[in-house]
Amino acid sequence: MSISVEEKSLTGVPVPEVTAKPRKLRHYGTDLAASGEPFLWGLGGALALGILLILGFLTLIFWNGVTTFWPKPIKVVTLTDGSLVAGEPRRDDLYRVGAEVLVTLPEDVRAQIAAKDGYAHRVMYRIGNYDLYNEDFRWVPDFVVEKVETPRDFFFFERQEWGPFIGTIQKVTVNGQETDPAALGFAGITSEQERARERWRQIRKIERSDIGVINHEMEQIRLRLRRIELRQGADSPELHEARLQAEARMAVLQQDYARLAEQAAAIRAEDAKFSITLAEVGGREKEVPLSQIVRFYPANDMGLLQKAGVYFSRWGEFLGDEPREANTEGGILPAIFGTVVMTLLMVVIVAPFGVITALYLREYAKQGRLVSIVRISVNNLAGVPSIVYGVFGVGFFAYTVGGSIDAIFYPERLPSPTFGTGGILWSALTLALLTVPVVIVASEEALAAVPRSMREGSLACGASKWQTIKHVVLPHAMPGIMTGLILAMARGAGEVAPLMLVGVVKLAPELPIDGFFPYVHLERSFMHLGFHIFDVGFQSRNSEAGKPMVFVTTLLLLALIVMMNSSAIYIRNRLKKKFVNAHF
Amino acid sequence: MAEIALNPDAPAQDKVAYHFQEAPEGTIIDIADFNLWYGKSQAIFDVNLKIQKGLVTALIGPSGCGKSTLLRSLNRMNDLIDGLKIAGRVTIDGEDIYRSGVDVIALRKRMGMVFQKPNPFPKSIFENVIYPLRVDGVTDRTYLEEACERALQGAALWKEVKDRLHENALGLSGGQQQRLCIARAICAEPEVLLMDEPCSALDPIATSKIEELIDSLKGHYSIVIVTHSMQQAARVSHNTAFMYLGRLVEYGHTEAVFTAPHNQRTLDYVTGRFG
Repeated sequence: MSISVEEKSLTGVPVPEVTAKPRKLRHYGTDLAASGEPFLWGLGGALALGILLILGFLTLIFWNGVTTFWPKPIKVVTLTDGSLVAGEPRRDDLYRVGAEVLVTLPEDVRAQIAAKDGYAHRVMYRIGNYDLYNEDFRWVPDFVVEKVETPRDFFFFERQEWGPFIGTIQKVTVNGQETDPAALGFAGITSEQERARERWRQIRKIERSDIGVINHEMEQIRLRLRRIELRQGADSPELHEARLQAEARMAVLQQDYARLAEQAAAIRAEDAKFSITLAEVGGREKEVPLSQIVRFYPANDMGLLQKAGVYFSRWGEFLGDEPREANTEGGILPAIFGTVVMTLLMVVIVAPFGVITALYLREYAKQGRLVSIVRISVNNLAGVPSIVYGVFGVGFFAYTVGGSIDAIFYPERLPSPTFGTGGILWSALTLALLTVPVVIVASEEALAAVPRSMREGSLACGASKWQTIKHVVLPHAMPGIMTGLILAMARGAGEVAPLMLVGVVKLAPELPIDGFFPYVHLERSFMHLGFHIFDVGFQSRNSEAGKPMVFVTTLLLLALIVMMNSSAIYIRNRLKKKFVNAHF
Repeated sequence: MAEIALNPDAPAQDKVAYHFQEAPEGTIIDIADFNLWYGKSQAIFDVNLKIQKGLVTALIGPSGCGKSTLLRSLNRMNDLIDGLKIAGRVTIDGEDIYRSGVDVIALRKRMGMVFQKPNPFPKSIFENVIYPLRVDGVTDRTYLEEACERALQGAALWKEVKDRLHENALGLSGGQQQRLCIARAICAEPEVLLMDEPCSALDPIATSKIEELIDSLKGHYSIVIVTHSMQQAARVSHNTAFMYLGRLVEYGHTEAVFTAPHNQRTLDYVTGRFG
C-alpha cells in the first residue's frame, strides 16, 4: 500500500490519496487438496493393493497346495518318429526353438514356427520310471506330436523307491504263481498289494522298533562300561564285574536280535513270492515286489469318488508319515513335529526371560541413562540379521556350552558329541535370543500401560512392591505380554536361516520326543518345515518333482503358524475379557 | 444462605486460626512443621495439624492447594514420586512415620485409603475386598469370608453383591466400585481411613450413599477426607481444615468454619468469592 500526499486538490488542501492493491478474493469453494479427498483415495488404494498382494499370495499357495495331491490323467503321446511317451501333463509354455533343431524339421513345421516368431508350444510330462529313463520329466514340443490318447489301462504306481512308475500291468505273481491280472481285477490286485504292504510294515516294525530297542540297550551297556572305565580305571575290579554282567546281558540281547532277524527274514522270504510285472509305454518290463508299491490307480479310469480316495490317502500319508525319496515324496510328520516342539520350547524359554527383563527395566531399575542405553540396545537387537544369531548359536551354545556339558556329563560318549553339536535345545535358545527383544518391548509397553491408580490401590492396602506386581500389575499386563509372545512365536516359527546352523537337518532319524528314557531328547537334531521347503524345492536331485511339495509344505507351515497364533490369541482375548473395565 | 460474618475475635490474617473440636481420645495424627517439595517447587509450607481420633476431618481448599498431597503424605504414598523431599514431622500415636527405617508397608496397613477414581483390581469382588488380608498371608477361608461380609456390610454393598461375590469386580457400576474400594480399605480394620475426593467421579445418588457410609463409619475410624464440595465437608465432617497455596489457613470446628470463619480467606472461599 502506498499513500501519496504530493498531489494537491483544487482547493489547495492536500488530500491524501489511498491506492490499495486489489484484494484477492477469498476462495470459498472447498478444493480437492483442502478436503483431503485425494489423500483418502491414496490411502484406500494403498490398503487395497496391500490386501490384494496378500490375497494373491495366499490364493497361489492355497490353490497349488490343495490341488497337488489330486490324481491327474495319464496321456500317451505318439511322436512323429513313432516312439511313445506316457505321463501326466504338468505344465506347458511357449519356447524359442533352437537353430540346431530347426534345421532338422520339415518345411511346413518350420513355416509354422516362423509364423510364431520362432516360438513353439510344448508340454512337460511327468514320465516317471526314473530307473528306466534316468529322468522324471520330459518336454514334448507340439510339432513332434502325432497324436495324444488317454488309454484306460495305464496305471500310476507310487513306489517306495525310484519314484512313480507309469505303465500297464503285465502279470502278477501271487504266492509264487503267475496270475492273469485280468482275472484278478483291480480290486484283487489292490487287496494283494495291501496284504504285501502289511508285511512290509511288519518288517519295518521289527527292524526299526524291536531291533531298535535292542540296539538302544546295547548302546547303553557300552556307555555304562565306558563310564565305569573312565571313573574307576581300565583294570579296576568294578569294570571287570560290570563287564561280566554286560557280557551275560549282551548274550541275551544277541539271542533276541537273532530271533528277530530270523522273523524278519521269514517274512521277507514270504514277501518275495508276491510281485507285479509292469511294462512302460515302450514295452520294457520291470518286475517290482508288490510290497514296494505304496499306492496305484488307473489314472484314466476313475470316478470322482475314487479320485477323492487317492487324494485323501495322499494327504493322510503326507501328514502322518515319514519322508521318502529325498523328501520329495511321502510325509512330513517329523518336520511338523520338530517345528511345533521347537517353537513351543522357544516360547517356554523366551517368556520368562523377556518378562523378567521387562519387569526389572520398568518396575525396579532407576530410570536413567544406563537404562536408556540398555533399552536402545535391546531394540537394536531386534534388527540384527538372523543368520548372525545362528553363528552365535553354533559357536556359543553348541560348541562352547554344549562342548562343556559333554565333557562334564557325557564323557563316555566322546568323541561323538551329545550336546556339543546342533540340536533342538540350542535352536530354541538361539531363536529365543532372536525374539527376546520383541517380548521385552511388548512387555514393557504392557507394564507401562497398567494404570497408576491400580498400583496405588494395591500399595495403599499394605501390599509390598512385589505383591503389587504379582497380584495386580502382572495380571493386568498379561494380555499385552501375550501379544508380545504371539509376535515372538510367529517370528520364531517362520525363521529358518539361523536354524540351518544350529540343529535343523534334512532328515532326522529320530524324533526329539520318543519312547526311550528320558523321553525328551533336547540334544537331537530335528526337521523343520521351513528348512524342508528350502531343501525340497532347491536342494533335491529333482527340483521339478519337489515343486508341488514346496507348495503343500508352505501351505502346511502357514496353517501351523495360523493355528498356533490363533490359539494364543484366543487365550489372550480370554484374559483381556477378564480385565476390561466395563464401567470406567 | 445467610450472610456469613467473620468471627469477631478472629486473629490476624497471616496467622493460622485453630478452633478445632478435640476428641476424647485425643490426637491420632500429629503433623508438625511439615514442608514438602516436588523437586524444586514447594507444595506444602509449615503445616501444623492435629487430626483427632475417631472424628472425621475434612480438608478443603482450591485446586492445587496441597490438600491431596498432604493426605498422601500421611501413608507415604508420595514416596512413589521421584524428587520428593520433606521436612518436619508426621507422627501417628507418637511414632514418626518419616523416621528412617520405618516399615512403610506396616504403616500403610494401619491406614485404609480410598482414591478419587474407583480402582478395583481385575479380580473377583471377593478377592478385591480381602486383598489386604491376602497380602498379609491370611488363608483361613472362613475367616476371609467373614471379613469380606463384614467389610461389605460396612460399605453398604453387601445386599447388592452377596450373590455374585465371585464375579469380576469390573462389572460393577461406578458407585458400587467406589463402595467396593471402601470395603477393601476397611477390610483389614485400619485405624485411619484416608479418602481422596471419593465422590468426585460419582453421581449424586452414589455420592449420598457414600456420605451415609462415612456417617456410619465415624466413631469406628479416624477419617480424613479431601473434598472439593463444601456441602459435603459441612455434612460429614467434625473438623475442617482449609488450605490455600500450600499453607494451612484455618483448622476448626466444621460448623464454625462454615458459619463464622476466623480468617478472611476462609470466609472468601466458603462464601464463593474465589476458588
